[in-house]
Amino acid sequence: MKPTFAKTWQILRNESVRTPDDKYIRVGMDSGGIAAGADRLFDRLITEVAAAGLDLPVRRVGSYGYAFADPLVEVKSAGSSPTLYGRVDEALAAAIVSRHLGEGRMLDDHVIASRRRGTVISGPVTAILVRDTSTLGGDKTQFFKESFEAELADLGQEGSVQVVRALDLGIYDEGLAVQLLPSNVTYTNVLSRDISRIVSESVGKQLVLEHLLWARPDPQLRIVLRNCGIIDPESIDDAIHHGAYEGLARALTSHTPEQVIDTMKSSGLRGRGGAGFPTGLKWELTRQPVADRKYVICNADEGDPGAFMDRSVLEGDPHAVLEGLALAAFAIGAQKGYFYIRAEYPLAVKRIQMAIDQARARGLLGTNVLGSGWDFDAAIRLGAGAFVCGEETALIASIEGRRGSPEPRPPYPSVQGLWGKPTSINNVETLAAVPWIVANGGEAYSRHGSGDSKGTKVFAVTGKVRHAQLVEVPMGTTVRDIIFGICGGVQDEVPIKGVQTGGPSGGIIPEQHLDTPITYENLTELGSIMGSGGMLVMNQNDCMVDVAAFYLKFCVDESCGKCAPCRVGGYQLLQLLLKITKGKGKPEDLAMIRRICTSMQSASLCGLGQTAPNPVLSSLKYFEEEFLAYIEGGIPYARKLKKAMEEGRNLREVAQ
Amino acid sequence: MNAAVMPPLRELEPEVQQRIDECVERWSDQEGNLIMILHEIQNDHGYVPREASLLLAERTGIPLARIYEVLTFYHYFRLVPQGKHNITVCNGTACYLKGSARLVAELEDRLGIKEGETTPDRCFHLETVRCIGCCGMAPAVVVDKNTVGRVAPVDIAPMIERIRIQEETQP
Repeated sequence: MKPTFAKTWQILRNESVRTPDDKYIRVGMDSGGIAAGADRLFDRLITEVAAAGLDLPVRRVGSYGYAFADPLVEVKSAGSSPTLYGRVDEALAAAIVSRHLGEGRMLDDHVIASRRRGTVISGPVTAILVRDTSTLGGDKTQFFKESFEAELADLGQEGSVQVVRALDLGIYDEGLAVQLLPSNVTYTNVLSRDISRIVSESVGKQLVLEHLLWARPDPQLRIVLRNCGIIDPESIDDAIHHGAYEGLARALTSHTPEQVIDTMKSSGLRGRGGAGFPTGLKWELTRQPVADRKYVICNADEGDPGAFMDRSVLEGDPHAVLEGLALAAFAIGAQKGYFYIRAEYPLAVKRIQMAIDQARARGLLGTNVLGSGWDFDAAIRLGAGAFVCGEETALIASIEGRRGSPEPRPPYPSVQGLWGKPTSINNVETLAAVPWIVANGGEAYSRHGSGDSKGTKVFAVTGKVRHAQLVEVPMGTTVRDIIFGICGGVQDEVPIKGVQTGGPSGGIIPEQHLDTPITYENLTELGSIMGSGGMLVMNQNDCMVDVAAFYLKFCVDESCGKCAPCRVGGYQLLQLLLKITKGKGKPEDLAMIRRICTSMQSASLCGLGQTAPNPVLSSLKYFEEEFLAYIEGGIPYARKLKKAMEEGRNLREVAQ
Repeated sequence: MNAAVMPPLRELEPEVQQRIDECVERWSDQEGNLIMILHEIQNDHGYVPREASLLLAERTGIPLARIYEVLTFYHYFRLVPQGKHNITVCNGTACYLKGSARLVAELEDRLGIKEGETTPDRCFHLETVRCIGCCGMAPAVVVDKNTVGRVAPVDIAPMIERIRIQEETQP
């Protein structure tokens, strides 16, 4: 007799759930971390741990999000809170084992503090993290460290409380910042005269100094990235232990497909690939047609240069995406799902394949999933380096083994998609949010966000930003909060010029609009798009005409050539831009640029051609004077600017 | 590809033929398998040899023209072998803003080849890619699968020199 479904899931979960590790070493082994040497660290740490005769697991996890500090190692010894170290090299890895684990001493200059902030001190202070967060003037971190140590020595506490220079506290331009461990009570704008009070009151009597307290809550909210940096992405046991497949199990036992769709609708989740189509509605439209077969596809063809959200999720929490795909299949009535992943992401491909194999071995995929009578299986199809394949109809053509040419819509894939059957195509980030929504309810998700943009969004913040990283924030957070509040503002103190969102299909948000809350509608109004989540910071050393030409060249290279507006229009537009950057432009060229842009937007067949002019138009909208300067200044100006760009000088000064 | 420079067809080794046959067999019951088969062939050889495409056309009944339609459409597929050492410059937006174009220019100068080309001795192959996703380390260069971050133009000459010395001492 077949075991009942509920029992099967119960057994499966009980097999995986274990007592949480009370001590461990975790190494962030996503592509970024590995590129920075995490794989060597992983081996080194295993050797060091064995040599020291320690009994603790060294685990592989996905990205912590702190790309600026790769490679990252998190260490926890029994009974204490975990410590995250960034920019770890092999010598530091050895010190983590010998000093941190061996002697219980934290190491200077590499600690990345927890984003959680405490408001009460409920036990003895064990360590004080210090960091001078001001950007002007000298770095006084060491001076403050010594001052704290002197004060502690006066109290006879120097042995029990360690003062550690931190790498990052997630606080910027707030003077000296101090975090007391393990309570995470954080003080900012600490002056020399406050030190003795902090030591006597907070360390001595465990009292919080309210006037110094930094109680601002964590600006990030991790729903999609909930398990990244926590679970071993190559272990289904670890994933189930941390709640994977709970949503699927719940849907299969107690929900009808319609209920799952209703949950998605009430969550307000919209497609995170860029266009923002409501996910619940897409599923409903795909469920409605009667067909012998239906398909679900996970679009993991992250082609936007400078974006690594999807890659981080695929590498860090593959089971969440797989579970999301299975839930999509359950909701629309599909039996087969495909992951369409870039071949350039070999690690993501490997981990998704492992996730599929492991899930199938546990009966979470295949015929009669968990004994529920429902069949579903998934497979990978590799992309091969074509940006246009992010477009739904081109993606379908590619999975069918053809060249990725888009087709006119309608018919939409929800009616006639893969092999002519109804198909729902969802982005990685969308699917990764689905299990959380099913497990926690639609309202829990829609509580976050702003207006018609619900929930959270992951952004990859890069470019001329101090701390390039992956962030997940509630919709409605402002661009300024992300850049300055979370990522530490601009690099090298060069003033910010603008932030590009949406990659080659998006546009620039100039400095004066950085306080706009991020929603689909607001970004569109500014002439950009949400896009998949790339967020590129540009400063006064960057030339907007040059950047517009860079993005346009990308789209021209990637045009499939099927329709003339994109193929011919894009090429001509690029020629005009290049002419201008060589100082050979004419004033009437700008009118022609606008005309070509409008034609491409309205007449191109697919999203690539329709959105390719966006970076040009938005640069022209906000930085027309840069185009005009080229035209007026002619060849000498163009040469001067080119040289200044190569030397990384401030272009505003050059232009004057 | 120019017909004049196309190398003459050679006979595929029996084991290569066998691997292609196995691959075709494995994917035979899957719809839309062409791209996946081509990926496997490229993984084996580093590129898709014309001989392999001919054999594939014969075995699967897919016209050679359709195979080449796919091969030439997608950037990822190569029709010629790479060099012994591959230098890949990331040209994602973050790397571009931080000067990847200057790295490419420097490499082109030093190696005497253009982006996408291989040196006549087949020792170096230079190419750019869209984005390797290491934006936190921009600008990044991948040298024979090792990613190097925060590269400056002055780092290029020693980088090439190291490989050259390595080649001379242990060819």
